[in-house]
Amino acid sequence: MDINKIRADFPILKEEVYGKPLVYFDNGATTQKPLQVIDCINHFHRHKNSSIHRGVHFLSDQATEEYEKAREAVRSFINASYAHEVIFTSGTTGSINGVAFSFGEKYVHENDEIVISEMEHHANIVPWQMLCERKNARLKIIPFDDKGLLNIEQFEKLLNEKTRIIAITHASNTLATINPVKEIIKIAHRHNIPVLVDGAQSVPHLPVDVQDMDCDFFVFSGHKIYGPTGIGVLYGKEKWLNEIPPFQGGGDMVEKVTFEKTTYNQLPYRFEAGTTNYIGAICLIKALEYVQSIGLLEIQEHEHNLLSYATKRLDDLGYITIYGRAPQKTSLISFNINDIHHYDAGMVLDKMGIAMRTGTHCAQPVMQHYGIDGNIRASFGLYNTTEEIDLLIEGIKKVKTMFG
Amino acid sequence: MEAEIKSINDIQEEIIQEFEVYDDWMDKYNYIIELSRSLPVIDPKLKINCNLISGCQSKVWLNAVYTDGVIKYSADSDAIITKGIIALLIRVLSGRKPDEILNADLYFIDKIGLRQNLSPTRSNGLLAMIKQMKLYALAFKTKYEKTL
Repeated sequence: MDINKIRADFPILKEEVYGKPLVYFDNGATTQKPLQVIDCINHFHRHKNSSIHRGVHFLSDQATEEYEKAREAVRSFINASYAHEVIFTSGTTGSINGVAFSFGEKYVHENDEIVISEMEHHANIVPWQMLCERKNARLKIIPFDDKGLLNIEQFEKLLNEKTRIIAITHASNTLATINPVKEIIKIAHRHNIPVLVDGAQSVPHLPVDVQDMDCDFFVFSGHKIYGPTGIGVLYGKEKWLNEIPPFQGGGDMVEKVTFEKTTYNQLPYRFEAGTTNYIGAICLIKALEYVQSIGLLEIQEHEHNLLSYATKRLDDLGYITIYGRAPQKTSLISFNINDIHHYDAGMVLDKMGIAMRTGTHCAQPVMQHYGIDGNIRASFGLYNTTEEIDLLIEGIKKVKTMFG
Repeated sequence: MEAEIKSINDIQEEIIQEFEVYDDWMDKYNYIIELSRSLPVIDPKLKINCNLISGCQSKVWLNAVYTDGVIKYSADSDAIITKGIIALLIRVLSGRKPDEILNADLYFIDKIGLRQNLSPTRSNGLLAMIKQMKLYALAFKTKYEKTL
């Protein structure tokens, strides 16, 4: 992996903030875009823009073809069985809300149960809570221990004949834990319960094979894997996507409309009402190609090295508390500088050009688990370096002298 | 007694001048940390939920009392930078008549480069704190000045 060559592909990394070179450690929130993606968005608008699936004219045909190529690119990237199992949405949040609504309408009734974990992002909590309120159903929570590991024994005990679906994150956005989703799915399937896997924080960091995982739904966002924002993916097994009703009505998702009755289009179009973010989808191809050209295993190795290096350097300081010590982690670290408010630390580190997230990271139950109001999250991407981590360590030392 | 006759804007100008000597962010923050120690700290008995202005990132407790026609504020925060900025706000607004507080245009925050601390996305309670300070002013004005 030639890190300098990679960094040259991401123009924003040359930016300065407050006169300091930008150190971008907020990849868990969103990733920066390589030239290939930026150029794609520009080029498409300049030369190819046209609404898909509607016109008979040249541009529309061409756009439609590229859009369907994007579907195939995503299929191949996550190794789905069919391209029509790939639905384009607005993002992970949009995908989960869609499934919670649609699956919930058909299969969830009063007193039924939905199982999620204690380490979910709010996007994988709130849609299910809303469903529970609509249907008078109950939410059951798989706990995690202080290291950040899910209690699988407890998980199995939560399952019963009332359990309708399990929604679980592949990798935690706060603890970085990579969950044993394959094992979870195996257990769930023994009880005939489908599983939705939130892949927002895993897809950019490790190879994903939905057939091997055997998940029933898998969701992720384009902008977290170096692609455009506003585009996301909902993968569903064909049998489920044919079973559950569409979650939005509108153009393109219909077969025939009369005022008496409307029949729906086939997969995948029945889930893509209205004009989709086709440019987002088409330019997502460039992001996936970019990641593939480096190789996810190489990326994983590079990021693992960053994680190990950062963990060691933070531990060596002797006044850092790290939240999440799972043996299998993605490349992010949540931590606090002991006795210093994360907000104070974040404000000062920001002025040193280090971009990180402070607060609860949309995972307030994780903070509640540790009894804290928030923390600092450094999340690394494929373009980050150990030199940048050194700058973070220097910054933390400075914070310590100012507030300690 | 000289401080008594200074207007809100006089004090704002004073603060702006104090900050002008710092061209480095770290010096500026060090000064804010120093200011945080000067804050009229709220009585611990008043650090209760009904005085808590909850932001996403840092907590602010605010209390106000009305005596002799003016409002006196006391406050605290769990974050030091927030506390330092509160100390500035109190310096500008505390001991003023409700009308002065209600009409105050707090431009000094922008001028000393701390505007980002007031953006809603920061959710650090400061914006809510200013609103709460003004709400107290309105409440006291309604309660005590209406019948005058």
